[in-house]
Amino acid sequence: MDNKKVVDTAKASDRQYGAGYKLIGKNYQTPDLYAKVTGNAKYAEDFRAEGMLFCKLLLSPMPHARVRRIHAHAALAMPGVKAILTADDLPAPADTLTDNGTVIKASKWGERGLTMEPLYQGEPILAVAAVDELTAAEAIEKIQIDFEPLPFVVDPLDTLRPGGPNPRTDGNVWTRPAATASQGPGAPAVTELKWTKADFEELKHGRLPLGKAPDEWSYGDLDSGFKNAALVLDETFVTPDTSHQTLETRSAMAYWQNGKVYIHTGTQSTAQTLPAIARWLNIDAEKVVFISEYTGGGFGSKITGGVSMIIPALLSKKTNAPVMMRISREEETFIGRARPGFQGRMKVGFSKEGRITALDMFVICDNGPYDAVGDGPSSGRIVSLLYQPQAMRWRGVTVMTNTPPRSAQSSPGGLQGIVLMEPVIAKAARRLGVDQVAIRRINCPEGKAPFGPLVQGKRQYATSAFLKEALDRGAEQFKWSERVARTPKRMGTKVRGVGVSLSCYVGGTIGFDGLLIIKPDGRITFQSGIGNLGTESVIDVHRAGAEVLGVPWEKCDVVWGNTTKNLPFTCVSGGSQTTHAMTRAAYATAMDAKKKLQEIAAKKLGGKPEQYEVANERVFRKGGGASMTLAQAAKYAIQLGGIYDGHEAPADVHKMTKASVAALAGQGLVAAAKDNYPRDGSTFSYVASFAEVEVDVETGKYYIVDFLASGDVGTVIHPRALGGQMLGRSTLGMGHAIGQKWVFDPHYGEMVSKRFHHSKPPTILDVPVDMQWTALDIPDPETPVGARGVGEPPVAGGCGSILNALSDALGDEIFQRAPVNADTILTSLEAGRPMQHPLMAHI
Amino acid sequence: MAVIRDVMPAFELYQPSSVADAQKLLEQHGSDAWVLAGGLDSFDWLKDRIRKPKAVVDLSGIEELRAVRTTADGIEIGAMTTLTEIVSHPLIKQKYDLLAQAAEVVASPQIRNQGTIGGNVSQDTRCWYYRGGWPCYRAGGNICYADTPEGRNREHAILHADRCVAVNPSDSAPALIALDAKFVVRTPKGERVVDAEDYFIGPDIDITRLHILQPGDLLTAIRIPSTWAGAQFYFEKVRDRNVWDFALMNVASAMVTSGDRIERIRIAVNGAAARPLRLKAVEDAVRGKPRNAATGEMAGKLAVQGAVPLQFNAYKIPLMRNLVKRAIGGVEEATWAS
Repeated sequence: MDNKKVVDTAKASDRQYGAGYKLIGKNYQTPDLYAKVTGNAKYAEDFRAEGMLFCKLLLSPMPHARVRRIHAHAALAMPGVKAILTADDLPAPADTLTDNGTVIKASKWGERGLTMEPLYQGEPILAVAAVDELTAAEAIEKIQIDFEPLPFVVDPLDTLRPGGPNPRTDGNVWTRPAATASQGPGAPAVTELKWTKADFEELKHGRLPLGKAPDEWSYGDLDSGFKNAALVLDETFVTPDTSHQTLETRSAMAYWQNGKVYIHTGTQSTAQTLPAIARWLNIDAEKVVFISEYTGGGFGSKITGGVSMIIPALLSKKTNAPVMMRISREEETFIGRARPGFQGRMKVGFSKEGRITALDMFVICDNGPYDAVGDGPSSGRIVSLLYQPQAMRWRGVTVMTNTPPRSAQSSPGGLQGIVLMEPVIAKAARRLGVDQVAIRRINCPEGKAPFGPLVQGKRQYATSAFLKEALDRGAEQFKWSERVARTPKRMGTKVRGVGVSLSCYVGGTIGFDGLLIIKPDGRITFQSGIGNLGTESVIDVHRAGAEVLGVPWEKCDVVWGNTTKNLPFTCVSGGSQTTHAMTRAAYATAMDAKKKLQEIAAKKLGGKPEQYEVANERVFRKGGGASMTLAQAAKYAIQLGGIYDGHEAPADVHKMTKASVAALAGQGLVAAAKDNYPRDGSTFSYVASFAEVEVDVETGKYYIVDFLASGDVGTVIHPRALGGQMLGRSTLGMGHAIGQKWVFDPHYGEMVSKRFHHSKPPTILDVPVDMQWTALDIPDPETPVGARGVGEPPVAGGCGSILNALSDALGDEIFQRAPVNADTILTSLEAGRPMQHPLMAHI
Repeated sequence: MAVIRDVMPAFELYQPSSVADAQKLLEQHGSDAWVLAGGLDSFDWLKDRIRKPKAVVDLSGIEELRAVRTTADGIEIGAMTTLTEIVSHPLIKQKYDLLAQAAEVVASPQIRNQGTIGGNVSQDTRCWYYRGGWPCYRAGGNICYADTPEGRNREHAILHADRCVAVNPSDSAPALIALDAKFVVRTPKGERVVDAEDYFIGPDIDITRLHILQPGDLLTAIRIPSTWAGAQFYFEKVRDRNVWDFALMNVASAMVTSGDRIERIRIAVNGAAARPLRLKAVEDAVRGKPRNAATGEMAGKLAVQGAVPLQFNAYKIPLMRNLVKRAIGGVEEATWAS
């Protein structure tokens, strides 16, 4: 048996969505699809410019060192070598001026792209530009660098030991001054933290030491929660560090023209990468043109592109020629970001029915050497929402190590927290004799579910949660009860196991702008500042606008991927916020267009604006009578000018939107609006994930034979894209269960798993051939279209359901970390107890 | 001097159209020459700039190296025959399916389209220290980084380690040993035919190579005698991912039974040592015994005698024991209805 069998059941994924709508909830072909599947789409690396040079990077061979001297004469003397760029050539990091006028000082610990003090093996020290890559590579081989090796550490626990090495000269942990009643938390700072010898006694028993934690919050009465519990489990678990490994590496091409820098690279946000570039280069945003029509995956690693893109930009300035920097797969493994692994310990009290009475959560987040990631704090908030513990304490340490830089990766902190929690719940259900679905149901968030710590006596809460319904539907469609009851569990050398996992993540923000033009030919152009990173939200969200205006999709165009194309202020596509935030903005903008159409009709045809209706590409008087086409209305808008054709912009839109409105003025009816809709609560999406595995106990090899993800993700906008996210992101999570990780030699501080095949992202043959998804399609009550984001919410369920299916098949004494592979299974089965090194990082 | 990876260095490319021409080129360039078959192993070394040959001799234009021929006693497979061609060859499937089974689980479809049988058996080890350019024994240094107290050696050897603990990564090699294949090698002194198991060498013989080829030598063909045609075959590869992954370990056996007795058998494993291991002691011990679970158990235990685990690869002992057991005693298939 493998995972190739097609399951003969009614397909959950075939459900119909979008009842009552013409566009929302319907499948369609996105305008970028044809170029993508035919290979005509141009990604950053596909661009060429006249006289273009290529640059290559010199990477640090050491995990931590100081560059004493660079000997580059021989390299620079080579024919074809044009320039060298070192950290000394980088502009000073710019402060950030926020939209409300606050200045955020540039961090002295921030990453700058090149460095004279490499903090991890593989960190770029310098770049050489030459006529071709071969010449650049040969030049780099002629460069000699005198290094002063410095202490380094790759395992977070090693730096916390008394006398342990520090990854940076000034410390080893990120701490953040606590928030006060009047002020939010201060900027994070690097400090030194060492635990005591007594703290480390726990390690001898395979348990995570619980030393001093800089970050902590709690609510409820933890002690009585544990005292009143029928069962208390105290489990240590380790989650993997996983490279993003986007298929498009962060290659970038740059050139300067008339004082402006033009940059091509992949991004998760067209609109917001521009200010990031301006900040990194310390130049005015007006001097930046950013082009990114197609991006080969981000998953959090390219939220505003990557700082490395300034290397070709600066080399281009230095050489007065376009410069292409193609990032190789090995370079991407070093600089392409990764999810921080957690070493975690969960003490959980359960009532006899399985309700969580108390949760004491402790996490160490391996941050890498640079900017603080938010995974630690996020893990606590997500776990508190998803399992609604009656009392909870969260403690966390964000530890720095000399390993590649981390960033958000799909469900940052959410995946790690849920993956620490799910095996404990699975074990508790077995101990208590409670069904795995039932124990999750009893702990599910519902409605305006609270989460996180008490802030000024109150806890935050969600906009809505219908996870119980998603869990019930999933259980029914997966035939959970039948699978649980099926006997025997073992046949020959094969054992079957089923697992279920809850999952959730943030699913939306508010307050962004939309911008559209109704052209004099009657067509509508939507200006999209969203990054085209593969989720299709760059196009999808505008269907909500077209729906409001009643315009057939064939009459709509979407403009995206280039900051000269006059884009509105748009959210970054991170934190799964886009579908929520930008359908709101699209809705607001369509409402603005509708209002303007009604006003134009009233002005031209008489009567009052509210007497007019917009539908079927016309503005017409309710109940019949005078009417005009949208094309005519657009022409009238140009005649009227002012707010109607973009000569005036709404006062409350962002300055970026205002500039775009001004640039588009006179082209038709220009509608622009900020999403000012109210929202009561924080937006999350939820998924219940189900998996069945078949393990061969003689080889340790297992197959995922079935999988289903059932989502509470608000109104379904584009079913096919939603399915792609539900299953694609579940697969991303599965990678954490079935094989993705880093391996470091701690003695040398070097990564040995550098090749793409070492990092083992899951392939299409590693997942069941017939994976299924379903969505409740219940609108979120706190947003006009009802839609929420879905990119990240399924991720943890993909991992948790596999881990739980494995422990269902094999018992609780096999693994204490993810991923779980044949080696773990076989050695533990052989010994009858978990045999992997508890808590050792990067094995 | 600084190190840079992932940029292929310049070299002279030679594309001979006959074996004779290829041999001449190899002779002419001696140790400066690099033999290029499908390129899956070669391009790694070249792109990483760890090997910088002056001359690359590309065999892809030599038609005579790319065919499956029937011979008086079996078949002869040209060294440049792709793994895909082997997987889909009717005669191989019909009579020597063990090889087809092994070839079918190599890497990924794209790699099998490009990768050749000659390259698959002649590829270098995948030890991540050695491939990463670490100056280890195998690279001419005087340390094995994988076999240190903190070395990361999950995928390394449990048998016949000698300073180096790297393993041979080939999936087709154990199948060819089990089929008693003969490797045809053209040397400057003439043609040499060796038994499959003698094509591979451990670090005790030469720590820098996994096979017997010297500069100037060329593997031209692999002959499979009809001795094991249509025998009972067993092949199993255990890997982390279901595609595009090297074996943690694999096993191949060819067996002829008479009644329930094992009349004759050949069995080999790979991923346990620097060379694919023919398990002669196991063959001797099970010959004449009934083909059942008990014989399999006995064989599995015998196979792992003398195995020494490193810090992270103890699982390879039960894995090898169980794979040998299954190759002989069979595996009980599970058949859940849904």
